[in-house]
Amino acid sequence: MLISNMEVVPGKKVVKHLGLVQGSTVRAKHAGRDIMAGLKNIFGGELKGYTELLSESRDEALSRLQQQAELLGANAILNVRFSTSSIAAGASEIFVYGSAVVVEER
Amino acid sequence: MGQFGVFLLLLTLGYVFGRMAESRHYRSIHKREALLRRVLVLPDKMPPIEFQQHNSTLVTGSVVISVDYFKTIAAALRGLVGGRVNAYESLLDRARREAILRMQEQARLKGASAVFNLKFETSRIGDNAGKALGSVEVLAYGTALIPQRHATA
Repeated sequence: MLISNMEVVPGKKVVKHLGLVQGSTVRAKHAGRDIMAGLKNIFGGELKGYTELLSESRDEALSRLQQQAELLGANAILNVRFSTSSIAAGASEIFVYGSAVVVEER
Repeated sequence: MGQFGVFLLLLTLGYVFGRMAESRHYRSIHKREALLRRVLVLPDKMPPIEFQQHNSTLVTGSVVISVDYFKTIAAALRGLVGGRVNAYESLLDRARREAILRMQEQARLKGASAVFNLKFETSRIGDNAGKALGSVEVLAYGTALIPQRHATA
């Protein structure tokens, strides 16, 4: 599956548009990580636990996006966008969307 | 008096460790930026015609950076009089550059020569920080273009 955030694919042409596909996931941080984050707010620096958590969630959202596109019979997802929102204390939603298309060698 | 002592201690700890973390981070950013200069990063929507024969794939890089206690206080004081908040400017600068670097590293591992259509996504993670910034997440993503001889289907 080709995933790209451009509107076109170099060397390929879009032969069919299959509409919007999306994937999302809501993750909560566990309390231990939150305590560590509280300490880090004093000393500064990178919060590795959060970085990992968020990139895992993003992979999850991307794989759901891909599943949906496969169901539609697409072989590429173009114009992919990410969006993050913290919906409640300690939980954030990762959302990714794009258009499912069929591309062919030009 | 005791409370004031704790405040001063936190302020000093924040200043010393925050400064150390920041200068260490900037050193590593400068070093890696020099190393990764060959992987072009451009915010252009359309790649030029030379990239016609390249494979494309999504690459991402993200980082969560926390403020330190000194920055929180400095920013709160700045909030009283208004103006540039230097404390947060450098924090966001570091986060953005780090996110780009991680994206470039991913692109290089895939054998890419350039990353097009760079986009940023910034969000605040600060449940335990009240009104202050807490920590900030920056995500950088774009489309990596890989010359076809490196292609790994």
